[in-house]
Amino acid sequence: MTDLRRLPRITFWRAVLALILATGFYSTILRFSKGLGAATALSDKFPWGLWIGFDVLCGVGLAAGGFTLAAAVYIFHLERFHPIVRPTILTAFLGYGLVAVALLFDLGRPYRIWHPLVMWNPRSVMFEVAWCVMLYLTVLALEFSPAVFERFKLQRPLRILKAITVPLVIVGVLLSTLHQSSLGSLYLIVPSKLHPYWYSPWLPVLFYVSAIGVGLAMVIFESNLSARAFGREIEMPLLTELSRVMLVVLAFYGLLRFQDLASRGALRLMREPSTETLLLGLEVLLGLVVPLAMLLFPAVRESREGLFAVAVMVIAGFLLNRLNVSITGLEASSGAHYFPKWTEISVTLSLAGAGFLCFALAVRYLNVFEPPAPPARVECPAEPDRASAEV
Amino acid sequence: MSKSVLVDTTKCIGCGSCVIACKETNGLPQNEEKELSADTLNVVQSRAGVFVRKFCMHCQDPTCASVCPVGALKKTAAGPVVYDADRCIGCRYCMMACPFSIPKYEWKLALPKVKKCTMCAPRQAQGLPPACVEACPVQASIFGERSEMLAEAEKRLRENHSSYIQHIYGKDEVGGTSVLYLSAVPFEALGFPANVPHDPLPMYTYRVLSKVPSVVTVGALLLGGIWWITNRREEVVHAEKGGDEGVGTEGKGRRTKD
Repeated sequence: MTDLRRLPRITFWRAVLALILATGFYSTILRFSKGLGAATALSDKFPWGLWIGFDVLCGVGLAAGGFTLAAAVYIFHLERFHPIVRPTILTAFLGYGLVAVALLFDLGRPYRIWHPLVMWNPRSVMFEVAWCVMLYLTVLALEFSPAVFERFKLQRPLRILKAITVPLVIVGVLLSTLHQSSLGSLYLIVPSKLHPYWYSPWLPVLFYVSAIGVGLAMVIFESNLSARAFGREIEMPLLTELSRVMLVVLAFYGLLRFQDLASRGALRLMREPSTETLLLGLEVLLGLVVPLAMLLFPAVRESREGLFAVAVMVIAGFLLNRLNVSITGLEASSGAHYFPKWTEISVTLSLAGAGFLCFALAVRYLNVFEPPAPPARVECPAEPDRASAEV
Repeated sequence: MSKSVLVDTTKCIGCGSCVIACKETNGLPQNEEKELSADTLNVVQSRAGVFVRKFCMHCQDPTCASVCPVGALKKTAAGPVVYDADRCIGCRYCMMACPFSIPKYEWKLALPKVKKCTMCAPRQAQGLPPACVEACPVQASIFGERSEMLAEAEKRLRENHSSYIQHIYGKDEVGGTSVLYLSAVPFEALGFPANVPHDPLPMYTYRVLSKVPSVVTVGALLLGGIWWITNRREEVVHAEKGGDEGVGTEGKGRRTKD
């Protein structure tokens, strides 16, 4: 391969990405020059839409694999998952970064995004979410930074980071627990507005458990895509193990959800045909029933295609749940129908596309998939160079 | 010291003087609207054959003030719930959370603000009543201490038993509001949400947020403990194997692991 032919190939997906980014660019100009009214379908009756319901609520949940896997490796000492920690942390870091960018679009005055740093209202769930997300983004940046420091062979920062890894991971798990559940807590304040299918005093627990479940599904999803895109071997034994955990998490979520719906008398409402009933049914079927049924078979858990299918369904069910909580469930009480404008959708797709792009760039220029094997447990103080370079 | 407005819908003649006065006082365009908006902070609606005006309820424990991440909305001792536009980041949680759907937004502007009635807090600071109360030609709205307004409302319910629904809307809803309503027809027919709880809504999140400190402390201990337990197991395995990599861990008792 000569250097003269190093122009990027135009593949179908790259063309799609370019188109999405072009529309996103237009929408960005519109949003910041003409305001939210021009760029979105939001209104007084529906102040929160796709950018909160999908970009924030789903984006944060999809990045949950970062804290679960980091905990598995660094707190539970399950070393065998080490090979998939770094790409998962990268996914999480990009995910949270994109959530922050999405907020810059959605906030009425994005240049004031720093206000919660100095203007406090501890009674507000959103205040807590803002702080946790800011701190966690820092944690993720620090957890991913070894990949950057290795590239530039900066040993001192690497050593410092290795020393603080465990406390960093513990802080990361605590922060994640708080804000993943708090995204659900955001909706505790609307008992008279949110449909009983989705309003529950257990919202924080339900959001937390589902985040763990979808985090695992995302690990499987990302592993498959990376294997295809970068021509890598897929670590099936690890994914099979993760799928067993996912099975238990899904079962637990299903039980919690069912008990919650039953105890509040919400199941009775399913007798009436309505949009809400349809969407709840779809959410439960796609996100819970079918994946659970499939995961019960070892043949599925050990098959690459089977696991991928299950992961896609769990992710779809999760997205549907978050959108149901934030949009579907609020429509009836709002007296309005909300469907995002194409400009809103283009921004969301652009952010997702940018995420894929950044991931690919990171894979090309950094050591994402083959971090150096764990260094010798002993560090000879007299020879600092040996410690991180040798196996 | 906490002021209230009592709105007796049986007296309202639908003249709209309160709407005009509100727009004048707040410098808003005099376009007639059927619903509250960024330009209309007080609106008169015709529902169930009755005129009813809608504006901010100025709750005693306001949901909007509790959810605002930067504290841009605050309940004052004088009664009004006021908005500090300099703090607001435009997250619109207040709009989402308000059980009466009162706060509205300046969607068309590049630098938007949240808009709602202020119970004429600046006028009250000068000892004046809200403009809408002053403008009403038939005193359908009256202004005074909350206790006085409640007493007056109860008096009217007693003395004209058959003319009213026996309920003061705002007495207990969401823990009580500074704006109180009397009506001859069911409040739901006038467009007031019927299913608002009597607990102030901030209680719903307080029950969860109050657990945060213990989640953090218990969680930190649990995770640290698990790390320690699973860490020691591997140390023991290594010690039993005779330690092929040389000397054990360094002084801090923490191993460097990738």
